[in-house]
Amino acid sequence: MILTLTIFLPLIFGILVFGVKKERVELQKWIALTGSALTFGLSLFLFTQYSSQASFQFEHLALHNWLGQTFDTAYRVALDGFSMPLFLLTGFLFPLTIIGSWNDINHNNREYLFLMLMLETGVLGVFAATDLFLFYLFWEAMLIPMYFIIGLWGGKSRIYAATKYFIYTLSGSLLMLIGIIYIGYLGAGENAGVFTTDYQKLLELNLPLDQQLWLFWIFGISFFIKVPLFPVHTWLPDAHTEAPTAGSVILAGVLLKMGTYALIRFNLTLFPLASHEFSMLIAILSIIGIIYGALLALVQTDIKRLVAYSSVSHLGFVVLGLFAFTTEALQGAILQMVNHGLSTGLLFMLIGMIYSRRHTRFISEFGGIKKTMPVFTSIFLITTLASVGLPGLNGFVGEFLILSGSFKSLNYGSYAYAILASLGVVLSVVYMLPMIQKVFHGKITNDANRTLKDLNPRELMVSVAFVFFMVWIGVAPGGFLNISEHASEQLLERLSKSHMQSSMATFNPN
Amino acid sequence: MHNFSYLLTLLPLLGFAVTGLIYLIRKDNALSNSMEKIIGGFSSLMIFLPFVLTLVLINGLSEAPASPQLLKLYTWIAAGSLDLSITYRLDSLSLLMSLVVTGVGFLIHLYSLGYMHKDPGFVRFFSYLNLFIFSMMNLILAENMVLMFLGWEGVGLCSYLLIGFWHEKSFDGVKISSTGEAANKAFIVNRIGDFAMLVAMFWIFKQIDSLSFSSILQNTQSFDPQAIFWITLLIFIGSTGKSAQIPLFVWLPDAMAGPTPVSALIHAATMVTSGIYLIARLSPLFLIAPDTMMIIAYVGVLTAFFAATIGLVQNDIKKVLAYSTVSQLGYMFLALGIGAFSTAIFHVVTHAFFKACLFLGSGSVIHAMHEEQDIRKMGGLFKVMPSTAITFLLSSLALAGFPLFSGFFSKDAILSFTFGAHQPVLYALGLLTALLTAFYSMRLFSLTFLGQPRWSEGKHPHESPAIMTLPLWILAILSFLGGLIGLPATIQEHNIIDTWLSASVSLPDFHLSHSVEWVLIGISSVVAISGVSAGLWIYTKQPALITTLHKQFLLLYKILINKYFVDELYHQLITTPVRQFSKHVCLWVDTTIIDGIIHTIGKATIVIGSQLRELQQGLIQNYAFVMTMGILAILSFLLIKIIV
Repeated sequence: MILTLTIFLPLIFGILVFGVKKERVELQKWIALTGSALTFGLSLFLFTQYSSQASFQFEHLALHNWLGQTFDTAYRVALDGFSMPLFLLTGFLFPLTIIGSWNDINHNNREYLFLMLMLETGVLGVFAATDLFLFYLFWEAMLIPMYFIIGLWGGKSRIYAATKYFIYTLSGSLLMLIGIIYIGYLGAGENAGVFTTDYQKLLELNLPLDQQLWLFWIFGISFFIKVPLFPVHTWLPDAHTEAPTAGSVILAGVLLKMGTYALIRFNLTLFPLASHEFSMLIAILSIIGIIYGALLALVQTDIKRLVAYSSVSHLGFVVLGLFAFTTEALQGAILQMVNHGLSTGLLFMLIGMIYSRRHTRFISEFGGIKKTMPVFTSIFLITTLASVGLPGLNGFVGEFLILSGSFKSLNYGSYAYAILASLGVVLSVVYMLPMIQKVFHGKITNDANRTLKDLNPRELMVSVAFVFFMVWIGVAPGGFLNISEHASEQLLERLSKSHMQSSMATFNPN
Repeated sequence: MHNFSYLLTLLPLLGFAVTGLIYLIRKDNALSNSMEKIIGGFSSLMIFLPFVLTLVLINGLSEAPASPQLLKLYTWIAAGSLDLSITYRLDSLSLLMSLVVTGVGFLIHLYSLGYMHKDPGFVRFFSYLNLFIFSMMNLILAENMVLMFLGWEGVGLCSYLLIGFWHEKSFDGVKISSTGEAANKAFIVNRIGDFAMLVAMFWIFKQIDSLSFSSILQNTQSFDPQAIFWITLLIFIGSTGKSAQIPLFVWLPDAMAGPTPVSALIHAATMVTSGIYLIARLSPLFLIAPDTMMIIAYVGVLTAFFAATIGLVQNDIKKVLAYSTVSQLGYMFLALGIGAFSTAIFHVVTHAFFKACLFLGSGSVIHAMHEEQDIRKMGGLFKVMPSTAITFLLSSLALAGFPLFSGFFSKDAILSFTFGAHQPVLYALGLLTALLTAFYSMRLFSLTFLGQPRWSEGKHPHESPAIMTLPLWILAILSFLGGLIGLPATIQEHNIIDTWLSASVSLPDFHLSHSVEWVLIGISSVVAISGVSAGLWIYTKQPALITTLHKQFLLLYKILINKYFVDELYHQLITTPVRQFSKHVCLWVDTTIIDGIIHTIGKATIVIGSQLRELQQGLIQNYAFVMTMGILAILSFLLIKIIV
């Protein structure tokens, strides 16, 4: 019940925001902030009650058979080692995003805050849903507000970006719906002949390889688009760049993670044989993404677009880690989802701060602003270092685990994957450092940069909150890795078991 | 006592935290004299205390058994079979390095109190220096490869921050015009090396499921022989980045864009020797990879030789020293490559003394000359700054390998062992390089301090304050006497440094008869003395000869003054093609191919849609609006149902 409350609390506050007069903008913001802060508080409370050794916890079942007796569909939510870290990350990011972009929105503030809070409910729901149909509902519930946030409060080509985002994501999710219905009927075998979308019942399914093979893609395409994996990534640079700051932070921070999360939740867990079958293909696409994203980041002239492309590169690491089938890589991938949320989230936030001062994001417009904004520069640099994987900060831990786990992966069976992916480590500094140099260092050449104000207390507080966790995870990631350890081991056991069974079946057909 | 050894890293970290915080509050605003003294003094103290602690630990270790003492603080990263902890390894090698780092580091902190006086970035500078010492101490004290790597990248970061310290200053390098670009170059080139280092670590982990030095050293036999070759080679490639060897040496000369104390501390005495330290640390592993060893020896001697030839003609006082550093590091790799690990460390130590002294001396000169670095515009400085001149001379003679100076003993040991290892080519190249080294060090000294002043009227060079000359004198004395710890076997059968390091490093096992060794010492002496006298003679008495030589060998001179055009080559072969590929291929794929397909799909939907509908309003917006309402209705329904 408390989990349900946590999920819906933002929506409730979102509706409350509408109860306020249109002109009372400050009050609306405070209500929204209270709602998301309370949500974070509740998610922290859940975390204190969380046991890292058990699987699904805080289960809440309601509305059983709400689509009719012939459908075992219900409101089912719970958290486990895979969803807990991302649930917390979501709870953490939303209030900070609201604070961080406090003065960014200058029209239709009420609608904007409502959509943000609705978005939060959608995201939390996606991570908590243990019923496939419910998952689908939340997945769509998060798509729409984001579409509007980009389309209504975005930059110059916001309509184009929003439309592209919408077409990409919707076409993926429609396929997923088909997949859900199909697997629901398959699940009947485990559920006394009744159609079921209960995730925990579907776990019992041992689908034959040929069915897994196509279900893998029916589900997967939607997730690969969301991650995004090369070559279905082109919505991302536009959406990230055009979205208002809060939108970009949330997009990078948690929305992309829904893709990687869903890959674990569905593809790896329900279709282990197909995952095994396609792992090399996925790994190759991830590596292309790592290198290609980095190369494209290298030639961008807009800082935000540069960071957006770096996301393509970073998420490539995560997917590579997921399909290596080693504890190190899987744990690293889960941690890296959180890491990317923190460091890229903060990068977008910082870019928003400079944008609100200068109303431009072109690298060539800046130069030498270290002189006028030293604190901002320090924080931007620390975040960049986290993003390029400097040891001692969070990014390194994830990358190292992913790469060392992929290197030893028997599933990949070749060192080449990890070695090629490691090139991303070199490229990350090749695209980040020259940007830092051109924006922050040197003499001030543009007069508009001479009078820039350094971070105000509000912005500083938000930034420090991010940096605090970046350092914490970098120095002592134990507590964070712990959350998902049990779940990771269980999943790997499941993967190797199914693989063994199937190879025994082919080995000994009688 | 070793239970307190975490203070070796904790105190510099504390220094960084405190000074860093002061910077964030005060920004780059000049401090009052007394504030400078308090903050700089505190920062220096945070290095001095670890120095004292190291002395105490060394004293304790000389009585204790030879096995390393491990101090575990906590588990860092654990997943699957990977179990990395923050554990420090105290043994004769790490403590010796720690002594050099904290000792030289402390002296350079002192010197910087004078050098950075009145610089608006004073606090920032000391916070970076403290962070550097913290990282460096982690690098040398780490018990596992990954913690070592934390230090390894940490020192690289500090190097980056300090090269670009005066970020508004311009800097004249190949394809580089600002200090910031030099800093980027250092970081990026080092990252290429780090890439190799990462892969080496993955490979070790794959082989023995562990990355701790203890496991690696105990399990050298469980490695696959093929893997050993690649692992050691990758570690060496990683080292060519940090320790500026062919092919990754190009960043170091440009690193001179940083303040001079930084060049002394990071780009001469400590950080750049990390690669040598690491290979010595892993000496048992390298000994069973003879192919890698051979590669190391050749790369080392070639780097030593080529860098020395470039050093012959450079006119920037710091550039000469930079190439000389690259060259001397080459000697150290030569020593590693022939298996004389402890001798390599010996040269690390003596080099730390004399090169730190040389750089600090050059800083003193640059200060006195109002930021002038061109030695063609110097001369005759001996009279105006005698302390700087004499200490510079002493350390130059050490660099030149002049008999009885520290550099003589360490370099002669390397050459003798190379001869003993039956490597005539390596020996000959090493000897030739020694001649060049002696020559260019005297060229540098003569042009700077001797002859007639060539500086402009307005300049009034003066001796630096005592806070700067005191470190110079201490380092100069060490440059002279430092050789005593590594006397040749003809004088002392088991010298101090070999005996000390025997517990942690493989010792060379070739024996030369005393008569052969005396002959080799004789040759080294003759080479050094002739190089020194030639350099002094030509540059003080025969300046015309130089111009004739330049004209006679114009092509060679052009090649040398342009550093063999290596930077241009890399630019043409790597930087430009990567950029072009990104711009023309990747961007084209993204915007034309992938987005082209997406746009076609999008248009098709719109065309179909508009046929179905009369109204030409935003199609998707309508859908989206209806969907929002729908989803909202469903969510509200869920919510109400759950609550009721």
